[in-house]
Amino acid sequence: MATRPAGDVVTATAVRRAFGETAVLDGVDLTIGAGEVVALLGGSGSGKTTLLRILAGLDPDATGDWRVRGSLAVVFQEHRLLPWKRVSDNVALGVAGPDVRRRTAAALAEVGLAGRERAWPAELSGGQSQRVAVARALVREPDLLLLDEPFGSLDALTRLRMQALFGRLRAEHGFAALLVTHDVEEALLLADRTLVLDGGRIVDDAPVPLAHPRAPDDPGFGTLRRHLLDRLGVPAAA
Amino acid sequence: MTTAVTPRPPATTRKAPARAPRTARRWRWQRAATPVALVALWEISSRTGVLPEEKLSPPSQVLRTGWRLAADGTLATHLLDSLTRAGAGLAIGAGLALVLGSVAGLLRIGDDLVDPPVQMARMLPHLALVPLLIIWVGIGEELKITLVSLGVFFPMYFNLYAGIRDIDERLVEAARTCGLGALARIRHVILPGALPSLFLGLRLATGAAWLSLVVGETVATQSGIGFLMMEAREFSQTDVVLVGLFVYALLGLLSDLVLRIAERRALTWRRGLRAT
Repeated sequence: MATRPAGDVVTATAVRRAFGETAVLDGVDLTIGAGEVVALLGGSGSGKTTLLRILAGLDPDATGDWRVRGSLAVVFQEHRLLPWKRVSDNVALGVAGPDVRRRTAAALAEVGLAGRERAWPAELSGGQSQRVAVARALVREPDLLLLDEPFGSLDALTRLRMQALFGRLRAEHGFAALLVTHDVEEALLLADRTLVLDGGRIVDDAPVPLAHPRAPDDPGFGTLRRHLLDRLGVPAAA
Repeated sequence: MTTAVTPRPPATTRKAPARAPRTARRWRWQRAATPVALVALWEISSRTGVLPEEKLSPPSQVLRTGWRLAADGTLATHLLDSLTRAGAGLAIGAGLALVLGSVAGLLRIGDDLVDPPVQMARMLPHLALVPLLIIWVGIGEELKITLVSLGVFFPMYFNLYAGIRDIDERLVEAARTCGLGALARIRHVILPGALPSLFLGLRLATGAAWLSLVVGETVATQSGIGFLMMEAREFSQTDVVLVGLFVYALLGLLSDLVLRIAERRALTWRRGLRAT
């Protein structure tokens, strides 16, 4: 694997974003170390996606200081593949270099879609499309992967497979990632650290001291899960 | 648009698979019945004198005249002139529509400056501009070509504009995060995304081109299919008038067919599940 820059990939201080009168982000500070996977949790409308879009450079109206060092790739909630390009051309979109074909094929093989280079996006299932979207991110060999509820629109079984795939790819490539999710279990399965966004600020920052591979019935998982749910304002079952 | 291939249900009896083609054949035969009957009725009415020759020639006569005009080269000469006019008008109208439609669709300032006047001009029926156009450009070739260009411009412009505007903003964003600059985004996202609308515009524009040509060629012309018809009218040659009509119809049919084939080739991805 390519050598990664040492130090933090993301440093952000006092990030603010208001839509009209409502401040969705009201002074967010965030650092993500090299190779660190950070899950960003929060209720709907808490500004998780807004923060991710700011880091992705898709929001020109945000204020504050933020820097992303190294290369960056994004996986959205919807696959966002171009329907008029074959799978391989979607993966290779904007990638330059002499061995693009080989790298594209390798990325597709990694997500379990070897040999589907010539397929049209319309021929793929939801899970397959999302895997192509992951391959499109991987082929860029990013230092930072931004994932906006990447498995949110998939069925439960496919989601479990994709989470396992993410774990493998992460171990293989060692990229840093910001994983926006509303799924507490997903956050605890995949992340090194969890953040909870509420009222436009990060109100909780907790490490996940569990060894990989993780499972929801590991000792300690339940305590962490309870802690996050408390922070998210979900009361314990009576 | 997408035609998915539904797997044929397994045949439960031996009769089942045989039934489907028979229905299809009978269906096609039924659809041909009325046109054939009408032509036969037309021929019989002419032969028996119910339809006077000077009002409407029988189809057999029209065919003979068509063959004669084709054989002595008259038809080819006039057809070439008509096609030249249509081609020139189509090129000018479509070219202008591509430039102005792109400017209005892609740039906010272009939208503000270009779209309002075009929207206003759209309300003018362009064929009603003939008197004004005669004063402006005379009655020569310019008139015909201008008329065709005007007919072509509007459907092309509106469909291109709508095609660009309808592109999913999320795809453009995804392309941005893949590192594509403005020009690359136009090439990989906006142009292919607007292509289906562009093809629709082109098909409507070709229809408008033939219509404008018919009107243009009835005004002080010395050549072209329209001239052939107007001249024949003066001598009450209804067979030649009908030949001209059928040539116009064939031109429309052929151009639409060519465009549809081109469209199917360019938009393979829309066939989705059927493509390999």
